[in-house]
Order: sequence, then structure tokens, then C-alpha cells
Amino acid sequence: MAKEQKIQYVTAPKVDDNRKKYCRFKKNGIKYIDYKDANFLLKFINEQGKLLPRRLTGTSLKFQRKVAQAVKRARHIGLLPYVADSLK
Amino acid sequence: MQQYETVIILTPLLSEEIAKETINKFSTFLTENGAEIIQEDNWGLKKLAYPIEKKSTGFYHLIEFKAPGELISKLELQYKRDERVMRFLTTALNKHAIAYNEKKRSGAFNKKPKTEEAK
Repeated sequence: MAKEQKIQYVTAPKVDDNRKKYCRFKKNGIKYIDYKDANFLLKFINEQGKLLPRRLTGTSLKFQRKVAQAVKRARHIGLLPYVADSLK
Repeated sequence: MQQYETVIILTPLLSEEIAKETINKFSTFLTENGAEIIQEDNWGLKKLAYPIEKKSTGFYHLIEFKAPGELISKLELQYKRDERVMRFLTTALNKHAIAYNEKKRSGAFNKKPKTEEAK
């Protein structure tokens, strides 16, 4: 009886994700991140209001520092919350 | 002369006129002490992301100006002495920030190209 042979992997197969992450600031030539633009900064924080890591957003280190600075300024002037529950 | 930008949040308890008067007080303070105001932007009454001094809204006002560095501490001292100011933030602008603000003022961001591209 030729049973359908199941392929078993020793390690979990890599789900092919061809989309390479890139730094959107480098790609689009954005040099300054505006802390007053809360809607834009919303892309870099999770629903709790915490900063997303670089490994998820793909931002380069140089701009991650600037994103962090902008988010912190936006929080100070009450445009973004320090803590939230369901931001998105 | 370095270029700066300052955002102040005033208590929502003020009437429009008093809020305007307060803002005028700071802008005249700046000009009298050798600063050159580049632009002012009144955002009006905005909702805060979290309560500040138990208030959930505030009058936002932004002033962009050129001033000698020693003036900043004096300006912030004025802010601290004025109880109508709930929060303030003063930042020094670098050349990219100045370019960005100029672009924004000239209305190049009508559709906000920055956010568009990011999608």
C-alpha cells in the first residue's frame, strides 16, 4: 500500500518571504522626522504605545534613533500616549 | 543665532482672548530679547493623548524663531512661572528640520507625501 508520504522536516520550513525589509527613510530620502505628525509616528509603535523594534519595521539604526526621539517628544506634548491599551 | 521651535500647551480653562493674550506675551518676550520669529502656528484646542494636570484638552501653539542660545533658558523660565502653561517643548532645529519646515510652510505637503510613500 503506497501511502502518501508525508514530508517531515527536522526544522520548521522557512516560509518564503521574498519581501526584503528596508529602511523607509533611506529609501524615500526623508531626513527629518516630525514629532508633531502623530499619525505618521503611529506606524512605529504598537497598540500599547510602545516603540516597535527595528527587526519588525526594518528601519536603519540611524533613523530608529530619530524615530525614538520623535516619539518621545510627541509623548511629552500629549500627541501620543505613554501607555495605552488599544491604540490601533 | 540658532533656530528653535517651541510648542506650548495652555490650559483649556482660558477664554480665546486670554489664550491669545498669553501667546502674545511670549512672542513679544521673544522679539524684545533679540529673537526673530519665523513663523507661528496656532493649532487651537486639541484633545490630549493623556490627561495633563487633570485636563483632557489644551490650546496648542507653535513658534519657530531664531535666537541666541542664552534666551532659551529665560524663555523656559517664563513658561514655568506662568501657570496657564501646562506643558512646553523647545527644540533646536538642524538643517534638515529647517528645510522640512520651509517645505511644510510653502504647502508642499498638501497630501503629505511622507505618509503616502510609507504605505
